[in-house]
Amino acid sequence: MSKRLLNLLLPAATGVLFIAVWYAVRFSLSEDMQFLLPSPGEILGAFRTNGADLAHAALNTAEGALLGFTCAIAISSLLALALSVSSLVRVSLYPYLMMLQMIPVIIFAPILILWVGPGLKSVVVITFLICFFPLVVNTTQGLVSTDRNIVELFRMYRATRRQEIFLLRAPAALPYFFTGLRIAATLAPIGALVGDYTAGSSAGDGGGLGFSAIIYSSQAKYPALFATAAVTCVLGFVFVAVVVGLSWLAMHQWHDSYERTDN
Amino acid sequence: MAATPLVDLHDLTKRYGDGPVVLDRISLAAAPGDFISLIGPSGCGKSTLLRLIAGLSPLTDGTLRIDGRTPEEAAAELAFVFQEPTLLPWLTVAQNVGVPLKLRGAPAAQRLATGARVLELVRLADRANAHPRQLSGGQKMRVSIARALSLAPKLLLLDEPFGALDEMTREHLNEELLAIREAQAWTAFFVTHSVAEAVFLSNRILVMSANPGRVHTEVAVPFAYPRTAATRLSREYHDLVTEVSRILRSVETAEA
Repeated sequence: MSKRLLNLLLPAATGVLFIAVWYAVRFSLSEDMQFLLPSPGEILGAFRTNGADLAHAALNTAEGALLGFTCAIAISSLLALALSVSSLVRVSLYPYLMMLQMIPVIIFAPILILWVGPGLKSVVVITFLICFFPLVVNTTQGLVSTDRNIVELFRMYRATRRQEIFLLRAPAALPYFFTGLRIAATLAPIGALVGDYTAGSSAGDGGGLGFSAIIYSSQAKYPALFATAAVTCVLGFVFVAVVVGLSWLAMHQWHDSYERTDN
Repeated sequence: MAATPLVDLHDLTKRYGDGPVVLDRISLAAAPGDFISLIGPSGCGKSTLLRLIAGLSPLTDGTLRIDGRTPEEAAAELAFVFQEPTLLPWLTVAQNVGVPLKLRGAPAAQRLATGARVLELVRLADRANAHPRQLSGGQKMRVSIARALSLAPKLLLLDEPFGALDEMTREHLNEELLAIREAQAWTAFFVTHSVAEAVFLSNRILVMSANPGRVHTEVAVPFAYPRTAATRLSREYHDLVTEVSRILRSVETAEA
């Protein structure tokens, strides 16, 4: 059987098995406990009844995730450049970057609401905070990990600082950058969800998936809650897929990780 | 009258900080057209000497003149080939070869023309649009040499460029290097661990000793250029390889 076909069939088989186990567990529960685990059919039903609301919430969350993610990419890239230029700057700032990553969203959210108000702005800031660290760490690492001999070669050819950064260090850092981007892409939708849950606003239809989760759990609409989780997963997959695609575009021609092998 | 030396070292000394003396009062004059191999036990400073000449590392004491100037001033006349091919993996072969000219702000048309010419020299014109990962180790090294030649240097500094290659590939590249040299009159300093390679390529071999690094013996290689694969079969070639190996061994045992 061809490798490609197997790569499609195996995950599909796992999925079928998973759903079978799911149904088995569900129907082994006593009638009064079955609400704990809605069947996949009930969850699909929840999509039908709450589809419009979920789609709307998903779009709101996607917007917050995308904005926060984009800001994190832009600012982390600039900061990584600054950090890569001088080890003094690196040493001075690194502990505070760590601190930025350690900020507990649950505590920070009410402060943020005081500062910028609940809603999209807060969601964007929280997403930014969650995505920022892996991006800046990986990109900086990439910018300072350039092959020393090639750096010397550039210096021998009297390359300017700007040439060294843009013709050598930046492209050499791409694999590291994309590693950070992949991690950040899985975090962005979760960041936006948590942001929405803790600092979102439903005013003017501004509620996202975090807000949906609050509503459905308070109304004991468990199938809808599961549907919300599924939508969040899909959002995460979309983010990762886009990053994987961009990474392929940027590197498949030259990077070893895209080398075709026979086995 | 002897030609003015292209490279002129006088009492060149190098130590890193307060560490031991790496190179101790090296004096040496290389005439234009010389092919000088540096050979010696590890730690004898042969690579350090090459890096000093390249201006990659400052000297501690003594003088170093290239064409009457400091290495920094003479940078345009120099090219360096590392043991690794040091190619940029995201660029094609042709773009890699064009990097030195690009850094110098040369227009694309000139980069293209020069690139095509030097790739022809190393017989890789047909791989101009390949990326480095598609090349063999020997091909990558040839691209690296083509890149070094793209600025038409007066002085080529090679730091064990063929050290990582298998023997057949190495011998082929040795012959190619000499063939290219027939057409271009550069002077070369060549660091190697292989006595056979040193004898085949150079007209002068400097056997160095370690702790501190000094020039122990200079061996003149009398064979006329052009040299070919047939040179390696001659009796004189074998005798000289034996002779240089003997000197190298005496340096190494004195060490131990």
